[in-house]
Amino acid sequence: MKLSPVDYEAPGTVAEALDLLAEHQDEASVLAGGQSLIPLLALRLAQPAVLIDINGVAELYGVSAADGWVTVGAMTREYVAEESETVADAVPLLAAALPLIGHEAIRNRGTVGGSLAHADPAAEMPGIAAACDARIEIVGRTGTRKVGAQDFFLGPLTTCLAHDELITAIHFPPWPSARRWAFEEFSQRRGDFAFAGIALYYDERPDGIIENAHVGVIGATHIPRRLGAVEDTLNGRKFVDTVLALAAKTASSSVEPDDDIHASAAYRRALVGTLVERSLIAAANRGRAS
Amino acid sequence: MKVRFEVNGSSVEADVAPRTTLCDCLRHHLGLTGTHAGCEHGVCGACTVTVDGMIARACLTLAVQIEGGDIRTVEGLAPAPGRLSILQEAFKRHHALQCGFCTAGILMSLDHFLRERPKPTEAEIRDLLSGHLCRCTGYTPIIRAALDAADLLANRRRAEKTDA
Repeated sequence: MKLSPVDYEAPGTVAEALDLLAEHQDEASVLAGGQSLIPLLALRLAQPAVLIDINGVAELYGVSAADGWVTVGAMTREYVAEESETVADAVPLLAAALPLIGHEAIRNRGTVGGSLAHADPAAEMPGIAAACDARIEIVGRTGTRKVGAQDFFLGPLTTCLAHDELITAIHFPPWPSARRWAFEEFSQRRGDFAFAGIALYYDERPDGIIENAHVGVIGATHIPRRLGAVEDTLNGRKFVDTVLALAAKTASSSVEPDDDIHASAAYRRALVGTLVERSLIAAANRGRAS
Repeated sequence: MKVRFEVNGSSVEADVAPRTTLCDCLRHHLGLTGTHAGCEHGVCGACTVTVDGMIARACLTLAVQIEGGDIRTVEGLAPAPGRLSILQEAFKRHHALQCGFCTAGILMSLDHFLRERPKPTEAEIRDLLSGHLCRCTGYTPIIRAALDAADLLANRRRAEKTDA
């Protein structure tokens, strides 16, 4: 289908974008990479009166690092983040997930901030943000605020963003180089939305005890989020088969997938367990001689 | 709104509504109907073109966003009227198309891909093709054509080096 008639504004600065958002409020949609928004418009699931295209806002682009934190500007294209050495070094979990987003043609235009704002619980970016406790920087006319990923996502395609606010960046916390991590997802074909995915990391004490476990899930919950119960099964324990099995079982019962045409809820539950097991094994083996 | 950009090396101008996608602008405003509008929501890959040297879905980009951009479409692949590119010839030889609807997009993706990866593996080509739907061929002849074209392009590059 074709998009509904719509007006178009292309601000050159964040301040101009905020003025336009204040003027149009819920009649406006922010156009970033357009790889999720334009399908919504084409299917007429969204019919805003005006599109505010922020592609010309230079201050929203780029990857930078300071004090161990990595900041990715909202308009940073997914392929740019994918090829960024800063991301690869400092947030390897994100670097592993980025190439699995859609296809090359999608990542060439799709943006990091756009995927967060779209808040699809099956998408990689929101899942990584949740798993990493990333902080999302939001600007409004009254100033900026940083919201933790756990408070940013409120439901499927729903965030805490007000109509007159804009995501400017996402901040990833410092990442110890010895951290163990893995991202595993399963999709029927490469580039499709995954049936489910697991993004996890943990730190390991010299005596092999797991601590600071973070386990994020995509595709099997209504909100991209961490699975606290699974983390509890890992923290304070050693990496042994019984822990692995318990973590997988706990994960299966911690998610609330829906039945859909692609897979049954029961299948997705089982898959989440399998993916937790696979990613724990991958994390434990990473960088170790096999 | 007036929008000006380059298509296959020529400057063009179109007067489009903001809702006009790049795909519809190419087809309806510029008469370049080689780019096909398939699903029109970014799933099928039929409308793939290059924007500033990178592949993109023309149905997921608005024409007004392309101001000043450099677009390449399937019309730009053939080296001269009445001739086909090496990749296009390979498609013909291997029967890599039947109805031809998906072909323009696949050619654009493969043309770009083979420049970046002159020695692709079959697995890499399969990965790339996952972004395109073809309901006729079963993909196998497309993969054969792509691998054949990659070999021929590599030979040509070798020959050019020897000449120089």
